[in-house]
Amino acid sequence: MTPIVSIDKLRVTFGSGAGTVEAVKDVSFDIASGETFCVVGESGSGKSVTSLSLMRLVEFGGGQIMDGRLTLHRETGPLDIAAADGDTMRDVRGDEIGMIFQEPMTSLNPVFTIERQLTDGLRVHRGISGPAARDRALELLKEVRIPEPEQRLQQYPHELSGGMRQRVVIAIAMACRPRMLIADEPTTALDVTIQAEILALINRLKRETGMAVMFITHDMAVVAQIADRVVVMYRGEVVEEGPVDQIFSDPQAAYTKALLAAVPRLGEMRGKPAPEPLRLVGDTSEPKPLLPKEDPEPLLQVKNLTTYFPVKGGPMRRHVANVHAVEDVSFTLNKGETLSLVGESGCGKSSCGRSILRLVEPTSGTVILDHQNVLDANHRDLRRLRRQMQMIFQDPFASLNPYMRLAAQVAEPLKNFGLASGTELTEKVAALFDRVELSRDYMRRFPHELSGGQRQRIAIARALAVSPKLIIADEAVSALDVSVQAQVLNLMMELQADLGLSFLFISHDMAVVERVSHHLAVMYLGRIVEIGPRAAIFEDPRHPYTKALMRAVPIADPSRRKLEDDLKFKPIPSPIHPLTFTPDPSQYEEITPVHKVLRVS
Amino acid sequence: MRRFFKGKGLVGTFIVIAVLLVALLAPLVIPDSYATQMNMRARLSGPTWDHLFGTDQLGRDLFYRVVLGAQTSIMIAGAAVLMSIVIGLPLGIISGYFGGVIDNVLMRLVDTLLSFPALLLALTISAVLGPNLTNTIIAIGIAFTPFLARIIRGEALRVTQMPYVEAARAAGTTDAWMIVRHILPNIMPAIIVQGTISLAFAILAEAGLSFLGLGTQPPNASWGLMIQASRDYLDVAPWTALVPGAAVALTVLGLNLFGDTLRDVLDPRTET
Repeated sequence: MTPIVSIDKLRVTFGSGAGTVEAVKDVSFDIASGETFCVVGESGSGKSVTSLSLMRLVEFGGGQIMDGRLTLHRETGPLDIAAADGDTMRDVRGDEIGMIFQEPMTSLNPVFTIERQLTDGLRVHRGISGPAARDRALELLKEVRIPEPEQRLQQYPHELSGGMRQRVVIAIAMACRPRMLIADEPTTALDVTIQAEILALINRLKRETGMAVMFITHDMAVVAQIADRVVVMYRGEVVEEGPVDQIFSDPQAAYTKALLAAVPRLGEMRGKPAPEPLRLVGDTSEPKPLLPKEDPEPLLQVKNLTTYFPVKGGPMRRHVANVHAVEDVSFTLNKGETLSLVGESGCGKSSCGRSILRLVEPTSGTVILDHQNVLDANHRDLRRLRRQMQMIFQDPFASLNPYMRLAAQVAEPLKNFGLASGTELTEKVAALFDRVELSRDYMRRFPHELSGGQRQRIAIARALAVSPKLIIADEAVSALDVSVQAQVLNLMMELQADLGLSFLFISHDMAVVERVSHHLAVMYLGRIVEIGPRAAIFEDPRHPYTKALMRAVPIADPSRRKLEDDLKFKPIPSPIHPLTFTPDPSQYEEITPVHKVLRVS
Repeated sequence: MRRFFKGKGLVGTFIVIAVLLVALLAPLVIPDSYATQMNMRARLSGPTWDHLFGTDQLGRDLFYRVVLGAQTSIMIAGAAVLMSIVIGLPLGIISGYFGGVIDNVLMRLVDTLLSFPALLLALTISAVLGPNLTNTIIAIGIAFTPFLARIIRGEALRVTQMPYVEAARAAGTTDAWMIVRHILPNIMPAIIVQGTISLAFAILAEAGLSFLGLGTQPPNASWGLMIQASRDYLDVAPWTALVPGAAVALTVLGLNLFGDTLRDVLDPRTET
């Protein structure tokens, strides 16, 4: 195999003087045509910096290539990208190397049509314009399998869905037939079904054009699905490189082993009676399954919960329509158990959690928490009820007040309810820090001094402060690196075992959900389409949407690849309905007394 | 604390203290007549040993005028901006935090005020109340309030939607505590920035009022008044504009640097 790109002892630094940070240290690898080369690592591993160096875009972010060679093997001879001038690089970018980015919402310019953005590269690099360029643009849209490509040309980015936008971004990158495509986390911001479609598309384009793909991701499951060869990076260094099968079956480096141990794999809980903590490297103890009680008592009963958000329109901002965020949702969560709400973005899972806490006001329904009606509660009762249910949020960076010391933030709920003061308060807070395994030294610090995982521990400590019975965890581990995610998940499960907590676990990640749940509810368009015990749903999914979701989830195991050509899932319809619209009630078919599937009307 | 005496903080702190000292002490040390003494033989004279900064169209010494005018300008501008913050802050926070009907009512009120040019508004108020120092402050203060209220409302709205506010609400935090501990510290940077910029505009607004006979009354000096008066002589005696202009610019620069440092000191993220 002849390499297209050879990276040799690359070193990149940011900043200068005493504040210099070495983001990439001595990184070397080759990428050959026709292969998918995955660069995998957690945040701060230098994977994106490496790819940006290859495009010489790293300078625009304040980075500097200090050392090393980046050789692009062209037909006319090798070119050292590290030493190339601006004009040469402009020729390389978008022509010989195409690039796609993580966020399809922001990598397209909102004020230009799709055609204009597709033909830009052709005009610059190939001198093609007018009808010829339009024909080529159309061809490209067909190549990335966009439905109704003719109409798309004249549309603007906001008129397309996220998945379609990412297809357009890929089409733009493919416009000049690049010899290498750099994809930097191209599916991270996408829903799992769309992710599966995009991965299949990249795979097919690679096969058809013979280009090399440099695929950057943090997600081991995606790596297992798409990679030919893998390089694992950690803190700016390469820790391991090899074919994908070898990396997964026989990892050599300690870091790779630890990383793989932390990844929940869909299907690995098969046959296990209850959720159990992940077994991390160095952990020799036998994992304790979280067996449910013999005759569990219900803690939270949700009946016919419905939440609409008004859509305002017209010059008078009148109420013209409703977003049906949560539609006739009913479920029961038992004491000491975890019920997960899963679904893709916009399915109403978060709105459902927030409605239960009344952070948004539900339209109708009943929520009974430990024999008390939450939705009827007045202002004072609600405050009292909130002592029993707490929430952990997704973004550990935004859910802590940057201006308050950590101890004060953990103490706040205790103070609010007058549960402790003075030295007692300090001691209670210190005990909470111990409980979430954070050093007491952190008590006097501010949020910015902590990593994402540590902040999430603070958020958990804050939620635990008032000894609630129920914790609603809204995508609580989604923003964390996989090794940190595993630790936080294990902590949550440990807390459940020790304190008898109930979790309403809201997540989009099927593998994580399989790991932590006793029961599972799959949501789609505001409704629960299937609900039941974890084993029943994972081993015997009945609803078409549950099946589609299972089919789309990537598995962190290269021997279980499922990249089919041109995967196409049904797009989710709009949840916005006119005011006069009366939805049908949710009616369920019982597969077993506990496993129910929404009747398709 | 040390950061007030380092780098840009040092420059800012120094300028602010110097300007404040001049404004406070000058009228005690230098008799008023130095600034009002006309000298028709030395009209529009450039900087000389006799007149360090030159003279104006009536032969008055610009150095003394600028030094003695400092108190008027700084006091009016400072008090007016302070007043606009005192009124605008609660308006903005209540609007942004509570939203709904309260927000709509308050903001329509603010929009109404905003639709008048600030100077015209100040002029009207000052004309109704009568021309004196207190009324000038009130006029400028009220005219500037809607700008501050608008900006603070936007910031309060942004912060109110942050997950940490939601988390605090879920933890049973009361509205008053929420505003004091969660909203206020997080909108402070915007208030500081807007406050320092407003000061510069307030100094000039006072000039506008003086020009129309409603602010500082001649022959007393204020920086704004001096800039206004220089208008007709820009081509023959540019220093008549440059001297008070530089005083305003220096003050604003000092306040900006000071404000920046203050913001950094309050922000735990920049702790070194």
